[in-house]
Amino acid sequence: MTDAPQPATQARHVPDRLNSSAARLFKSWEALLLAVAISIFMINSFASPYFLNAWNLSDATFNFTEKAMIAFAMALLIISGEIDLSVASIIALASTAMGLALQYGAGTPELVMVGLTVGLLCGAFNGFFVTVLGLPSIVVTIGTMSLFRGISFIILGDDAFRGYPSSFSWFGQGYIYWVFTVEMLLFVIIAIIYGVLLHKTNFGRAVYAIGNNPTAALFSGIRVQRVKFILFLLTGLMSGVAAVCLTSRLGSTRPSIAMGMELEVVTMVVLGGVNILGGSGTIPGVVIAAFVMGLVTFGLGLLNVPGIVMSIFIGLLLIGVIALPRLWAMVAARRKA
Amino acid sequence: MTHPAPHAPDVTPIVSMDMITKTFPGVKALDDVKLDLYPGQVTALVGENGAGKSTTVKILTGIYKTDGGTIRIDGQPVSFAAPNDAAKAGITAIHQETVLFDELSVAENIYIGHAPKTRFGLIDTSEMHRAASALLAEIGAPFNSHTQLRELGIANKHLVAIARALSVDARVVIMDEPTAALSHKEIEELYDLVDTLKSQGKAILFISHKFDEIFRIADRYTVFRDGAFVGDGRIADIAEDDLVTMMVGRSVDQIFPARAHDVGEEVLKVVGYEHPTEFSEINFSLNRGEILGFYGLVGAGRSEFMQALFGITKPSKGVCRINGDITVIRSPADAVSNGIVYVPEDRGKQGAVIGLPIFQNITLPSLGRTSRRGFLQMAEEFKLAREYSQRLDLRAAALDQDVGNLSGGNQQKVVIAKWLATQPQVIILDEPTKGIDIGSKAAVHEFMAELAAQGLSVIMVSSEIPEVIGMSDRVIVMREGRIAAELNGADLSPEILVRHAAGITSSSEGNAA
Amino acid sequence: MMRLVPVRETILAGAILVLLILVASRFPGFVAPSNLANVFNDTAPLIILALGQMVVILTRCIDLSVAANLALTGMAVAMINVAMPGLPIPVIIAIAILLGGALGAINGVLVWKLAIPPIVVTLGTMTIFRGIIFLISDGKWVNSHEMSPAFTGVPRMVLLGLPVLSWAAIVTIFLFAIMMARTQFGRSIFAVGGNPHAAVYTGIDVGKTQFWAFVVSGALAGLTGYLWVSRFAVAYVDIAGGFELEVVAACVIGGISIAGGIGSVGGAVLGALFLGVVKNALPVVNISPFWQLAISGSAILIAVAFNARAGRKKGRIILKEAEGAK
Repeated sequence: MTDAPQPATQARHVPDRLNSSAARLFKSWEALLLAVAISIFMINSFASPYFLNAWNLSDATFNFTEKAMIAFAMALLIISGEIDLSVASIIALASTAMGLALQYGAGTPELVMVGLTVGLLCGAFNGFFVTVLGLPSIVVTIGTMSLFRGISFIILGDDAFRGYPSSFSWFGQGYIYWVFTVEMLLFVIIAIIYGVLLHKTNFGRAVYAIGNNPTAALFSGIRVQRVKFILFLLTGLMSGVAAVCLTSRLGSTRPSIAMGMELEVVTMVVLGGVNILGGSGTIPGVVIAAFVMGLVTFGLGLLNVPGIVMSIFIGLLLIGVIALPRLWAMVAARRKA
Repeated sequence: MTHPAPHAPDVTPIVSMDMITKTFPGVKALDDVKLDLYPGQVTALVGENGAGKSTTVKILTGIYKTDGGTIRIDGQPVSFAAPNDAAKAGITAIHQETVLFDELSVAENIYIGHAPKTRFGLIDTSEMHRAASALLAEIGAPFNSHTQLRELGIANKHLVAIARALSVDARVVIMDEPTAALSHKEIEELYDLVDTLKSQGKAILFISHKFDEIFRIADRYTVFRDGAFVGDGRIADIAEDDLVTMMVGRSVDQIFPARAHDVGEEVLKVVGYEHPTEFSEINFSLNRGEILGFYGLVGAGRSEFMQALFGITKPSKGVCRINGDITVIRSPADAVSNGIVYVPEDRGKQGAVIGLPIFQNITLPSLGRTSRRGFLQMAEEFKLAREYSQRLDLRAAALDQDVGNLSGGNQQKVVIAKWLATQPQVIILDEPTKGIDIGSKAAVHEFMAELAAQGLSVIMVSSEIPEVIGMSDRVIVMREGRIAAELNGADLSPEILVRHAAGITSSSEGNAA
Repeated sequence: MMRLVPVRETILAGAILVLLILVASRFPGFVAPSNLANVFNDTAPLIILALGQMVVILTRCIDLSVAANLALTGMAVAMINVAMPGLPIPVIIAIAILLGGALGAINGVLVWKLAIPPIVVTLGTMTIFRGIIFLISDGKWVNSHEMSPAFTGVPRMVLLGLPVLSWAAIVTIFLFAIMMARTQFGRSIFAVGGNPHAAVYTGIDVGKTQFWAFVVSGALAGLTGYLWVSRFAVAYVDIAGGFELEVVAACVIGGISIAGGIGSVGGAVLGALFLGVVKNALPVVNISPFWQLAISGSAILIAVAFNARAGRKKGRIILKEAEGAK
């Protein structure tokens, strides 16, 4: 209403000092993670002669591209203080829905539409329970995790949908140029979209505010529930995108598709430096974490380490990256005392 | 300056803290303080916010460890490694917000940690309830030991905490602002209980901001300032003014800024606001450049109504007109876009977003203006944040510093700056000076006057009578969820305010207007 | 004055009863005592694990590693049995409980000493435990013919008309009822979950209580590991895969608040029984077992929505007449 009046007293000037922000970004978690990624890359290239091969590396990206697409949306959701454990089940349901559509003669564009729409609807379903009914997201999504996959089981039982059109296989098997896959392109585009959304927009700022203090955010005029609902929608949508890619890559749908993937997605997000309790984290961090996980899995695979044993490394990585800095701080504190 | 204990007291203290030092990273919270607690006496610990009172309580209850100095109990040096050790030494605390367990019964709350056991090492529930009932009878509690704690009100929860103190056979009882959320009647009952505890020979440490209370029940005082010991002595030997001087280190006469009471046209009109349980029949209007005080006892429904006006809760009935137009406010976002902003009482929980830097806190509700098509514009944000932090004379190292690192007063400035940056028409300040030291209070008052002079309409919810009278153009008194009176001019006297707030109608001459 | 907790349990018990009546109206054989005993026996592992999970959830944590713990302990004792067929079964059971408890202690230490969020810790240990099973077993199965008859016989052994597996659940329920109501530890669990801040002031160590909750949950997972492997007479990497969700589901359906501090032994048991009855009733009423997953998912959603509504905080009652009305 009023224009800025002059204060009665000569006020002190508080410096802005944001110049350090870019530097800060790379002094911290992301830098550490990048160092880890590079060393894994080096170790792998020494350990196996097959590692430094463009086609092998290209193949290896499938280890993380689909999970990462979900992880970007999940990162925003976790920063806002919520979580979605149903993402792998959304993939199953979306994939099953695409299979059903196929039975009714849907072509590739319709299949994609169906996959994305089901993902969006599942996200809306989660969002409704969390934001409208005010229930804790961890319980709701443990429930929908069973429900969504359960519906797939009801529809498919022991069966599988097969026979997707060859044009549909472009998403999960196609190449844009040389060794660069369609999924890689999607990964890059989605990473940029979410990076900009989180770090450069009002919406992203609201996500951080909500994650740090939902009450104060509400009292500051932020529509907290609406923001959270949108985040569930986005996570559902990304699960739909991943469902399209995965179904296209596998060429079939079983109700057990992507089983357990939610854990890897959450691991990727936490490894990327996102605080599981909300409030902080960055998209570049998640991008690097995706590469770290991809490189570890690929490297171990080349050394003929079975998948289940690789999961030990993923589990250790998840706990280790959080535990080590805390242990370090404890040791440092003890030494000081 | 300091008042050494005039005559050595007849008795030796139960607890004696000497040369206690406690340092946190970057802050010396306590610096060589001393505190003695005598049996059968109430010692008031007096000091401004940040004087080190709560740190002292936490040391006495074993939550914090000291960095230096000694604590003696009956002359023997002790050290508390854990809260349990303090409890074993007979020290128990009754806290600001009653900190007990809603899901357990009254008896379990009283005896958690030291319940009577059967031969097999199991909790002897019948014995526990018997003992609890005896304690409850002793303090005259109007509920039984099987009641779930969640069903009790704040005053009764205090009684449970006191019963707990009695059950551990505590010799030292710490009461940390026990009357903050109690009504007059409940406070009187608490005073009676304090007398009972005294007569049993317990040493009581009483922490309070209210001087009338201190002079009403304390036998001794100890004053801290900025983490250092200033003086102690007997209440009987000191005058209120001198105690205030010791506390703030200078003599303070509360002077409120002079204001021209010329108000403009009507900005806000509230008609018939109602809520099923919290308030009813709220009607008033607010004019440009006016400061409207809302006075009442704690729990009279003032904050509840303000939160409904701000769109946090939903009234069941009622209309709100802004500049004459009917306006529907369903959420804080609606309120903000209609020019109504609210500075909540609970700064830490509802005000500042700890974890975000200062500038992001300030621009949070104004992002629509500082951004372009939803994309952040850092330069614009800093410009706005700079302007308002300067206007409020914010003390900080840099604008990208986390608000969590600021002092309470500076956090309050950030919250107010955040709202002024939205260029509101109406600002609601809920207990704006609660928990702020006397020096900062004056600054807040001056600033309020300045805002009103610039044409902003201010609603000030306050429980401090001098502040209400000193600042307001007009005062609305609320009682039990309703407007009890609307007063201005000559009617604004402490006595009349209290009468309306407490619902005392017996006197005939006081009922003006 | 009626308390909230029994009300919730009565409703759940009523729901189970309605379910039984509905099934019995078409297939009376389902409610025959022998069949009900079978249903209970089949649900015993879920009951035991749900009680362990309840303790963890009450302290504001969650243990997603129980199924992996069960599988790892089960594999370990199966391999011990193959290597030393002479080892008496009580020793095997003691090893299972200790090993399970030790695995739980790993979770507990990480939560207590390093303050890592429980969901992260147990997500991690869950995958690690599964991986370790593969490492120690080399991915092979331990089959019934390799196990000693005593090893596989115990859970089936009938005592006083019920198999040992059922008795294990009954004894666990009994011990938990005493532990939760009548011991210092039991009451501390409620205190820690209900108001951790206050718990500190009453001399209760929050982290330590959470640690012991994980140990209890782990020990029960270990016990169930032996019971599971010996009952089905097979051990491999993926046994009880995803069972942790069913365990959490039982707790949520049983009214245990994921926010901690609210819940009861009766609730956890009834929650497990509800899922057990549904699971056993499906084939009887000719519904594909593939419906099971969707039904338990829906049950979680309904239960959590219902409990949240019942426990919702009412606003302050300031108005005099509102006070009189309520």
